Amino acid sequence: MSDTTHSDNQAPIEPLLKVRHLSTRFKTDRGVLTAIDDVSFDLAPGETLGIVGESGCGKTVTSKSVMRLLPDHLTIYGDDSEIMYKDLNLVRASAGEMRKIRGDKIAMIFQEPMTALNPVFTIGWQLDETLKYHTDLNKRQRRERVIEMLRLVEIPNPEQRVKEYPHQLSGGMRQRVMIAIALSCEPDILIADEPTTALDVTIQAQILDLMNGLKRKFNTSIMLITHDLGVVATVCDRVMVMYAGRVIESGSVGEIFHNPQHPYTKALLESIPKHGRKRADGRLPTIPGIVPSLWELPEGCRFEARCKYSDSDRCIHQEPELRPGLSDRPVRCHYALGSPDERPVNLTASAAEGAAG
Amino acid sequence: MSLIEVRNLTKRFPIRGGVLNRVINHVHAVSDISFEIASGETLGVVGESGCGKSTLGKTMIRLLEPTAGLVAYEGEQITGLNHSEMMPYRRKMQIIFQDPYSSLNPRLTVSATLKEAIKLHRVLGDGDSMDDYIDTLMRQVGLRPDDKRKFPHEFSGGQRQRIGIARALCVRPTFIVADEPVSALDVSIQAQVLNLMKDLKDELGLTMMFISHDLKVVEHFCDRVLVMYLGHVVEELPTDNLDRDAEHPYTKALLGANPIDDPDDRRPLTVLQGDVPSPINPPAGCAFAGRCELATDRCKVERPVLERKESGRMVACHEVA
Repeated sequence: MSDTTHSDNQAPIEPLLKVRHLSTRFKTDRGVLTAIDDVSFDLAPGETLGIVGESGCGKTVTSKSVMRLLPDHLTIYGDDSEIMYKDLNLVRASAGEMRKIRGDKIAMIFQEPMTALNPVFTIGWQLDETLKYHTDLNKRQRRERVIEMLRLVEIPNPEQRVKEYPHQLSGGMRQRVMIAIALSCEPDILIADEPTTALDVTIQAQILDLMNGLKRKFNTSIMLITHDLGVVATVCDRVMVMYAGRVIESGSVGEIFHNPQHPYTKALLESIPKHGRKRADGRLPTIPGIVPSLWELPEGCRFEARCKYSDSDRCIHQEPELRPGLSDRPVRCHYALGSPDERPVNLTASAAEGAAG
Repeated sequence: MSLIEVRNLTKRFPIRGGVLNRVINHVHAVSDISFEIASGETLGVVGESGCGKSTLGKTMIRLLEPTAGLVAYEGEQITGLNHSEMMPYRRKMQIIFQDPYSSLNPRLTVSATLKEAIKLHRVLGDGDSMDDYIDTLMRQVGLRPDDKRKFPHEFSGGQRQRIGIARALCVRPTFIVADEPVSALDVSIQAQVLNLMKDLKDELGLTMMFISHDLKVVEHFCDRVLVMYLGHVVEELPTDNLDRDAEHPYTKALLGANPIDDPDDRRPLTVLQGDVPSPINPPAGCAFAGRCELATDRCKVERPVLERKESGRMVACHEVA
C-alpha cells in the first residue's frame, strides 16, 4: 500500500481514459432528469481514482455511463459528452464496439456480488464465458486459466470451487469470484462500484488487500466508487468528490483529506467519527438538511442551502463553475476554503481575469 | 445498581428438516452471555454479520424468547413473565431498528403509528391532549409537527429514522436497544441522527444498548463495548482508548482491519484469513481459533471463558495473561 508514485507532479503521462463534459439524462414519466451534469476527469495508467459522494450524487451513473450499461433507449448523453478510451469515444460507440471493450478492456465489479452473478450457472462456467468471448484459448487452456484466476484471488481449493454455484460461497468469496471474472482478460481499467460496502470489515480488508496486490501485478487503473472515506484514504491516489450530479472538487488524496477546499468536502470529512480521537462532548459536526432532489435543483450553488459559509446572493442565484482554487486544483465554489485563517476566500475576485466564461 | 442484568443468556434457533419436519439441528445464535448495563450507560455491541448481536438485543427485551438464561430489569427477573406481567416492561424497554422503512407500517400515518403505542400503554393521563403530545414528540426528534399526517414513504431515510426514534420514545421508555440505527444512512445524515440520539439520551436520561458493525461509530457513541464473535462475547472494554486496551486477538484484528481516515498513514490493514465458522456446528474450542495467529492446540479443543485478566478487563482467550 505504498504506491503513491504519481501523486504531486502531473507528469505528461497520456491518460487512459479521458472523460469530458459528460452529462447523462434519463427519460422518465415526469420528463427528462439530468443525473450527472458536465463531469470531466482523467484516469492515468495504474492510477486509482476514488469517486466519492452520498447516495444520489451521480457516482454510479458516472461509472455506468463509462461502461454504457444504462438502457440506451432511456438515456440521453450531452451533445459534447466524450468518454475517450484510446481513440474511441465510448459515448458514441456502437453496441458491437462496446461488447469488445466491456469485460476485455474495461471491467466492472458491483456492490452486491450475489445479484451480479448468475445463480443458475457454476462459477467456473461464468469465468469461462468471459474468456470464451474475448480470447482464442481452447477449452483446456481456458479451464487452466479459470483455476489460475481463482487461485490468484486466493480462493482455496479452486479445482473444487469451479463446480460450485454462487449460493454455496460466502459474501467475501463471491466478491473474489467477481474480481476474478473482471480481471480474467487483464483489463486496462477496473471499475469497482462500492465493492466492499456489503461486506464485513475483516472481509473488506481482505478484498482491499487483494485489489491493491492485483493492481500492482497487472498495473490496472481503478475507478473506485464509494461513500466510505476510510476506504478512499487507504487505496486511492486521486479523489473526485460529487454532489447532486456535479463534480465539486478533485485532487490528490492527500490534498482532499488535509486541505479540502469545498465546504461540502470539509464538512463531510468532519462528520465521520474518527478512530482514536473521541470527542469530549460526544457530538459530531453535522451538515444540516439533505441533498436537494434532482428535480428541484436550486438556481445557484447546489450545496448553498446546507453551507455554513453561504452569505451572499451570488451563492443563491449563480451556480459556481469548477475552476482552480487556492492550490490550482478544481473546486466548484465562489469561495474556497483552505486559507491559513480558515476563512473562506473569495475565489472569483482573485481569479476574475483568468476565468472568462 | 445496574439497570439491566443479563445472566447466561442463550438463544438457539431450531432447524427443521426431513420428511417428518423434525428438529435436526440448531443455529447457536447467542451462547451463554452475561453482562450488566448501569443506569444512564451506553453499552455498545460490535461484531460482524451473523455474530448474534441483533439476536442478543431482541432476546434481551423478549422480542425473542431466550432458550436459557435470565434477564433482570432493576433486579426484577423478566424472563418467564407472562404476557400481561410483561406489559409494563415492554413499555420501559424499546427498540430502534436499522431499516426504519421496513419497521414502520406503510399504511399508517406517522400520527397513527405513534397513537397506537401511546394508547396501548396508556401513556397519557385523562386531561392530556394526544395531539399536543405527538407535536412535542415530533419537535423533539427534529421533525415538523405537520409531518405527522404524512406516510412513511414521504420521508427521506434520515427522517424515517427520526420517526423510528419517535416511535420508540413515545411510550417514555428508560432503556433503548438501538440495532444498527445509522448503518443505512449516508455519512452526513448519520452524524445528524447520532447527535439527535445523544441529545435525547442526555435530556431524557436514557440507558442504551447500541448495536453496530461499525467500530468507529461505537467508539464515538458508547461508554463500553462488548465484542461478539459467533454468539459469544470475546471481550468487554471501555471505549476511551481501544487501541491501547484491546487484548483479544479478534478485537485487535477488527481494529486493524478498519481503514484509517488518513492517506498519509497507509499501514497495511490487518488481513484475517478465512471466514467465520458456521453457527450451526460451532467448533468445540475457541470459535476464533481457525483465524487466530496465537492459536495453540488447547484453543482448538477447549473454549476459553470470559474472565478477568491481569489488566482487570474481561477477555475470553487462553493466550491473554
